[in-house]
Amino acid sequence: MLPLILFYLFATVLVLAAVAVIVSRNPVYAALSLVLCFVTSAAIWLLIEAEFLAIVLVLVYVGAVMVLFLFVIMMLDIDLEELRAGFTRFAWLGWIVAGVIVLEIAGVVLTGKLGIDVTRGAAPLPANYSNTQELGALLYGRYAYPFEIAAMVLLVAIVAAIALTLRHRPNLKAQDIGRQVAARASERVRLVKMDSEHRE
Amino acid sequence: MSALGDLWGQLPGYVHSTLFTLLLCIVLILSVAYLTLWERKVIGWMQLRIGPNRVRIFGFLPGMGQPFADVIKLLIKEIVIPARANKVLFRLAPAITLIPAFAAWAVVPIAPNYAIANVDAGLLYVLSLTSMGVYGVILAGWSSNSTYAFLGAMRSAAQMVAYEIAMGFALVGVLMAAGSLNLGVIVTQQHGGLLAWNWFWLLPLLVVYFISGIAETNRAPFDVAEGESEIVAGFHVEYSGMAFALFFLAEYANMILIAGLTAVFFFGGWLSPLDGYPWWLGGTSLLALPGTHWLVIKLFALLFLFLWFRATFPRYRYDQIMRLGWKFLIPVTLVWIAVEALMSRYHVGPWKL
Repeated sequence: MLPLILFYLFATVLVLAAVAVIVSRNPVYAALSLVLCFVTSAAIWLLIEAEFLAIVLVLVYVGAVMVLFLFVIMMLDIDLEELRAGFTRFAWLGWIVAGVIVLEIAGVVLTGKLGIDVTRGAAPLPANYSNTQELGALLYGRYAYPFEIAAMVLLVAIVAAIALTLRHRPNLKAQDIGRQVAARASERVRLVKMDSEHRE
Repeated sequence: MSALGDLWGQLPGYVHSTLFTLLLCIVLILSVAYLTLWERKVIGWMQLRIGPNRVRIFGFLPGMGQPFADVIKLLIKEIVIPARANKVLFRLAPAITLIPAFAAWAVVPIAPNYAIANVDAGLLYVLSLTSMGVYGVILAGWSSNSTYAFLGAMRSAAQMVAYEIAMGFALVGVLMAAGSLNLGVIVTQQHGGLLAWNWFWLLPLLVVYFISGIAETNRAPFDVAEGESEIVAGFHVEYSGMAFALFFLAEYANMILIAGLTAVFFFGGWLSPLDGYPWWLGGTSLLALPGTHWLVIKLFALLFLFLWFRATFPRYRYDQIMRLGWKFLIPVTLVWIAVEALMSRYHVGPWKL
């Protein structure tokens, strides 16, 4: 009973937060609502005992991705009028996409009637079953090569992103730590020996 | 006494954990209060000053009443909310900064085989909570509608995101050594005395973790988010009274958390340094028994480092902070994780894989 109540509580918050992402006029509020979405979906994942994925969702999306999102949103001066300019013109496209999604969700929910109920959830696992361990065994064992390929693709993407945004500014004064550390007093200071003045 | 013990045993688990949580919170808040005094005293001594010595408790112990005097002063001050600030977020931000610093203690093993919540993915829980703290800083800076506050928030956000990566990688080494994400298991795996603790085998990771911890808590020499010489007081420039005190509390609570986590990850938590040694080294004496006191001793020794660093090092320049984080600390962790993998492959050191 309690898990059900919790589920509906989190689901309500999740839906409300998702609506808030779209309708809030302030982009910072929209980003914060998205954070709330991630946190509540992590809570729902915890309810179905996917604790590793739930914590990683909070760690990666809430802890890193959304921080950078907020960072950018706060620095940009977003003109909402410009963003809303084509709202009525493209509304029909939005309605079609929304309709398709509603149909898809209905399809998933209604499959219960066909005897292939996917909404019932998996069978309860034994108490000593470790989600994290199983996930690791699959990722590093059975799917090791796809995993490595995904890692390489990500690495290439990072390099490409840096290469695209890197600007070489002329006359930029940068610190060369290696040269600073290698500097010796003998190169910097020249001691000059001079005769002291003679007083006649 | 035994009747009380029986009653205690009969109480359901959630009563136990609630009481322990309350106790822990009170201890933490008192520690934060006296940490501020300790810091001022230590820095005073290092600079050949006396430090706070006026407010007494019951007429003696000069200076010991200072934290309470400070708290009462801040409590009765007015909280000024800037006219064009975002009022909701302005009020929310201090709480968001403070909550993770306390919530993370839930999984820290504070006594032999005891933590308030024995979570299997405890290490990830700690990482995800500490990464939430940055929201308070960003929101405080943005909602104040002040350029100084905003600059402080930007600096702090970039710094915290950068150092979180080094911190996470350093902890990868710890979880490789322990073979578990559970903080209790990480402690018990280090049993066997001073040299069996992780600091010995993972020394580079310890250094990286502690430096990142100082950067994460925005402490000197990484306190550019406050940078009073350039941006007045950074993200909390517009806060006054108790709202400011919450940021202050969060900073010190975070210091205690980082010191406690370092003690758990690298210094064997509640284990005794003499544990497992022969009798002539004290291995059978009372000192070899594990207990909360060992965690407390290690925690305060590490906290002292925070104060020492603040009194010693000048503040880093912003580009130097970024360089240290990305180009030095992260490569060090990557190299040491590889070394650790080789060591465990060839059974050098105490790995149990």
